[in-house]
Amino acid sequence: MADAAEKISTTDARLGDLTLPAGGWSEAARKDALARVQAMGLPERRDEYWKYTRPDTLTQAGAVPAALFDNDEAPIFGEMDRLNIVFVDGVFDPQASDDLSLEGVTIDRLAEAKTDIHWARDLYGVLEAKGQNPVPRPLAALNTAFATDGVLIHVTGNPSKPINLTYHHRSETSDAILHHVIRLDPGAEVTVLESGPAAARFNKCMEVEVADGATFHHVRAQGRDHERRAATHIFARLGTESVFKSFTLTANGVLTRNECVIELTGDDAVAHVAGACVGDGDFHHDDTVFITHDAVGCESRQVFKKVLRNGATGVFQGKILVKKDAQKTDGYQISQSLLLDEDSQFLAKPELEIYADDVACSHGSTSGAIDEDALFYLRSRGVPEGPATDLLTLAFLAEAVEEIENEDLRDEINDRLAAWLERHRS
Amino acid sequence: MLSIKNLHVKLEEEDKQILKGVDLEIEAGKVHAIMGPNGSGKSTLSYVLSGKDGYEVTDGTAMLEGADVLEMEPEERAAAGLFLAFQYPVEIPGVGNMTFLRTAVNAQRKARGEEEMSAADFLKAVRARAKELKIDADMLKRPVNVGFSGGEKKRNEILQMAMLEPRMCILDETDSGLDVDAMKLVAEGVNALRSEGRGFLVITHYQRLLDHIKPDVVHIMADGKIVKSGGPELALEVENNGYGDILAEVA
Repeated sequence: MADAAEKISTTDARLGDLTLPAGGWSEAARKDALARVQAMGLPERRDEYWKYTRPDTLTQAGAVPAALFDNDEAPIFGEMDRLNIVFVDGVFDPQASDDLSLEGVTIDRLAEAKTDIHWARDLYGVLEAKGQNPVPRPLAALNTAFATDGVLIHVTGNPSKPINLTYHHRSETSDAILHHVIRLDPGAEVTVLESGPAAARFNKCMEVEVADGATFHHVRAQGRDHERRAATHIFARLGTESVFKSFTLTANGVLTRNECVIELTGDDAVAHVAGACVGDGDFHHDDTVFITHDAVGCESRQVFKKVLRNGATGVFQGKILVKKDAQKTDGYQISQSLLLDEDSQFLAKPELEIYADDVACSHGSTSGAIDEDALFYLRSRGVPEGPATDLLTLAFLAEAVEEIENEDLRDEINDRLAAWLERHRS
Repeated sequence: MLSIKNLHVKLEEEDKQILKGVDLEIEAGKVHAIMGPNGSGKSTLSYVLSGKDGYEVTDGTAMLEGADVLEMEPEERAAAGLFLAFQYPVEIPGVGNMTFLRTAVNAQRKARGEEEMSAADFLKAVRARAKELKIDADMLKRPVNVGFSGGEKKRNEILQMAMLEPRMCILDETDSGLDVDAMKLVAEGVNALRSEGRGFLVITHYQRLLDHIKPDVVHIMADGKIVKSGGPELALEVENNGYGDILAEVA
């Protein structure tokens, strides 16, 4: 029972470091979440779900300091017409943020929304709690209990521009916990962007309710500060004929664990989750995805591509669960790594669990190197080895990037990837 | 233009000598053809000249307009004006044909210190040349060689050659896998590029291609050496009698 005792002491040490925000409509949800964390205990290396990713720096009391990025690259999405909401080390920055009013959407800050009638009360911690089964996600429960801020986005129409949550990192020891709740009314449509390294350690949770016929686009760029650590969760519930599309770019980061838990509860809903990551050296990136089909005729896609070099590690744990009545399910899952040397590694655990009898589900996972014949072909046409390798690497990542519907956003992500590859040539 | 002297080449991985002293002089404006039985070293010669890995030059030289090509990286050889039309053009999923062509053209220009071609000028040039080769807009948009038929792949090689305007063109069994019409189309593309300042080395098994691309000089290669050289009539001799007589004669 040494394991259990160790788990309790880790959990106690971390929780002892935090204060439960008191009062307001979220208090009951926070107390419930605290009880969940205490019951589950924080993740440990021996936990099956954390087999490939060491959780200790995510669960210890206090963040490991992370140096600030010293590259002069302009922040991503900076040139776009957007509503920008800025957090600095997890603290809302009203001066740097735009006015929060925009037609078709109401935006509140979690820290300020104290009224008991707030719509988010019916969602805050609810999707997270639901997502604790069958696999516990203690860091998400911890987030629900202790989040210091976040945004509550209620989409009633089709806002004219994307909402960009920008996370600046200014303090080398910052330890941020943010929780966002997003609800799209029937037929509504919104694009939410997230960008920036956020903090030395960042625990972020996003709960998204997509009502019937609504469409949610999410494009996220994690990166820049190499020493940062992040554990993020997305919990989404999809109604009939709704669409959920999420793409994440990750460049740099000694530790990133992105969990995405999606429940398709209405017929003919569509969920696409994609990720492209590029890592060099002591980079560890973990995509853990769990998609549950619980309605008829739904489609889900998981497309994850990882480019790894100089000993970088990529992890993919992806599951498609098709419940008994989820007939006509169309499920697709692909996870691939491009290993640019022999020191890097990719660990993949693709899973399918199917109880319906009329479904089409496919999954695949591969690891490979740059195609030498293609490289020579390009070089023989005059393209030098560096740019030729970059071109082939971008081609490898393309299937994931193409999951972004908006062309401007896709171009912006491709530009970032190209710039990163150029900086990290051997 | 291209001057090869006493070229000896072995495989890097195993102790196997492939080229055993090749001598070849290709003048600007001329088309030379190399014919020879399987395993004679024809394709190896084209790979060594273009800089493919896996071969070790043990003796001899290859100079392109006075510059030692064997010392150069593949991309430097390309920028210096050498072009190899591949026997098996490589498929590159995810890289658009147009992007590929434009990257290649501008990379060579950059290497030579020339100004890059603007998107508009490039598009105009590529469209005109693609039309001559009956390459449609769809083929230009698709990933490089992916899903192309044998004939489309070879036409795409000639399109690249036309866009890159090399000084020295090597065609490695460009006729393989082509029907008569496709071969004619490819040959017309090559003939359109024949000029005073450009040399050609056409490697082929069969005389057929040489009906369409008329060579000035024909060489017979066997066991890693040029064993006989002559005019176009040499190709006809091979066509009629096979390699046996010629090889017996020089043995």
